[in-house]
Amino acid sequence: MIDKIRSADRRRVSMLTSVGDRFRALPKWQQAAAIVALVAFLYYLPLLGIPGLTWLRTDSIAGGNNWAGVLFVCAIYVLVAIGLNVVVGLAGLLDLGYIGFFAIGAYSVALFGSVNSPVVKWIQQEFDLPPTWAVTWAVCLLLSIVLTLISGVLLGWPTLRLRGDYLAIVTLGFGEIIRIVARNATGLTNGPQGISAIPGPEGPPSGDNKVFGLIDAKPWYWLAITMVLLMVFLVRRLEHSRVGRAWLAVREDEDAAAVMGVYPFKAKLWAFAIGAALGGLSGFLFGSRNAFIDPTQFNANLSILFVAMVVVGGSGNMIGVSLGAVLLAYLPERFREVADYRWLAFGLAMVLVMILRPQGLIPSRRRARELKDRAAAAEEAPAHV
Amino acid sequence: MSDQKTTTTPKIPAQPGPKPVLLEVDEVTLRFGGVVALDKINFKIYEGEILGLIGPNGAGKTTSFNVMTGVYRPTSGAVRFRGEKVTGRKPHQISRMGISRTFQNIRLFPEMTALENVMVGTDSRHKTSVPGALFRLYRVKPKPEELPQVTATSGIVRTWQEIRRTCAKMFGLSRHILEERAAEAKSLELLRFVGIADRANDEARNLPYGYQRRLEIARALATEPKLICLDEPAAGFNPAEKEELLSLIRRIRDMGLTVLLIEHDMRLVMGVTDRIVVLEFGRKIAEGAPAEVSRDPRVIAAYLGEPADGAA
Repeated sequence: MIDKIRSADRRRVSMLTSVGDRFRALPKWQQAAAIVALVAFLYYLPLLGIPGLTWLRTDSIAGGNNWAGVLFVCAIYVLVAIGLNVVVGLAGLLDLGYIGFFAIGAYSVALFGSVNSPVVKWIQQEFDLPPTWAVTWAVCLLLSIVLTLISGVLLGWPTLRLRGDYLAIVTLGFGEIIRIVARNATGLTNGPQGISAIPGPEGPPSGDNKVFGLIDAKPWYWLAITMVLLMVFLVRRLEHSRVGRAWLAVREDEDAAAVMGVYPFKAKLWAFAIGAALGGLSGFLFGSRNAFIDPTQFNANLSILFVAMVVVGGSGNMIGVSLGAVLLAYLPERFREVADYRWLAFGLAMVLVMILRPQGLIPSRRRARELKDRAAAAEEAPAHV
Repeated sequence: MSDQKTTTTPKIPAQPGPKPVLLEVDEVTLRFGGVVALDKINFKIYEGEILGLIGPNGAGKTTSFNVMTGVYRPTSGAVRFRGEKVTGRKPHQISRMGISRTFQNIRLFPEMTALENVMVGTDSRHKTSVPGALFRLYRVKPKPEELPQVTATSGIVRTWQEIRRTCAKMFGLSRHILEERAAEAKSLELLRFVGIADRANDEARNLPYGYQRRLEIARALATEPKLICLDEPAAGFNPAEKEELLSLIRRIRDMGLTVLLIEHDMRLVMGVTDRIVVLEFGRKIAEGAPAEVSRDPRVIAAYLGEPADGAA
């Protein structure tokens, strides 16, 4: 049975890789056109009405959730997966406390953007500001990214000297610490009561908001998918740069990398900080869309779910982890029958993936470089060796 | 990236006489608990020579490599590289000073392609970090040959290429892109140098054993070292491959590098080295020209007398 699944899986992978190779063999303008078409489709998704595909919509079943809302959740999970992929997939650091950064991102928009937050109230008192004053959404966006970046560095600085399992345990603790602090530091975070009236792009939630309201999730999805595409673009740049190679080298063999001139600590710290910032951005969108957050939304289960997305999808491959994120966020919504058993289903899926396909659904594969033309050029003007 | 090269290369005096000392191992002792791995080791490596480091298994050859490259910190004593202290520095700093090495048990980055493996080495001389790679705002004035080429003869493609060329002339190119190109070109050149360029795009783990060994040498060369330490590069090679390796080592020396070679194969060591240092049980027991060393009774007793090691 397992052998049968394995051989089917092998066929699927060779098909996938040949698709990838064929895509890379296309002329550049055709590649660009394909990417533009895909992006256009992603923006069209919430309106999905193509006959034959409407069954994909979560509101096509009785009691299904708002389709655009589900897509929004998928998008922020993809953002998380991309961020965690930098940490786990590229730099090889098992981070089980990723929810901590997600929470910091969400809390930074809540604490600085909502008029109900103790922090904003304190600032109002100190500087004699009107009671409607709060930090603007756009500034909160920057704040949440910067704060999570800093928290990533702060967590990474002492802990990145640890390797493997030890790091996993410390980060697991970090995720819990953030949640428990958010729950108990009542004077700072309102504790278990949570913070309401978290602003969106149009300011605090109210009936007057024309675009980013509470009912219609489509604009939120479009906002999130824009962020996702932007971040995919940026992380891709990193992946195919000196920094990306340093991450891979550290993941593969830290000591050999150090001897080759890579400073492993610095590389890992960057990975941690960038991963944290992406998690923070995702948390920011989550808080901003929900308009209300409380500590129970950031439990350790989600951390595990995040790691599951990366591992199931194929750690190290951005397309893979995005697929993993979408699957894990979307399937329980579309197939409500299994929603109650979803942890069971995820667990089973994880075990199956580990047995059949330890490298994930779409494993990472190094990009072959086009060397032919450059090789000819190098022959003409040999590089100084 | 090129200025580093010109500033750090000292002028080797033209007149004959003792060559300048490149690396000095000075009374280095290393203890692991009660085990003395290295016991007051002293030797010098002169610029431009090929020094062999031999000794029976467990003599401390690889350990002394590890001390030189910062993997271990000696209990006492110091290693100096061109007068600067190496001990106490981190491995990546030592690598940037100009010491590079290969590993006895091959330690490549298995999931990366051969080319990328070498590029990790070339990266150590480059500067682009996260902001530079993300936003590419740091611009450098490109040399004429680095400008985008205008190849199309007419039409919109030509216009586009001309626009790109003009932009590159006006605003320069990002350092990231130039470094990336330089790294790729140089890595490919090195792969050709060691003779494995035909599999540049293969992942290192899929390469045959001999290729992996040579890839390690290419990667070590990519960090632009002054001293390259080869840890049993011929292990598992057949005679023909060993012959090839010999010529490769000589070519490396001819490039102006100094080579430190650990090797078990006595014929190979005798054939290629200028001088030999012999270790036994963490102590230096002999030093000198290959012919002298091979006649030294202590060496014969310690090393050549042991068929398990010397017969290869």
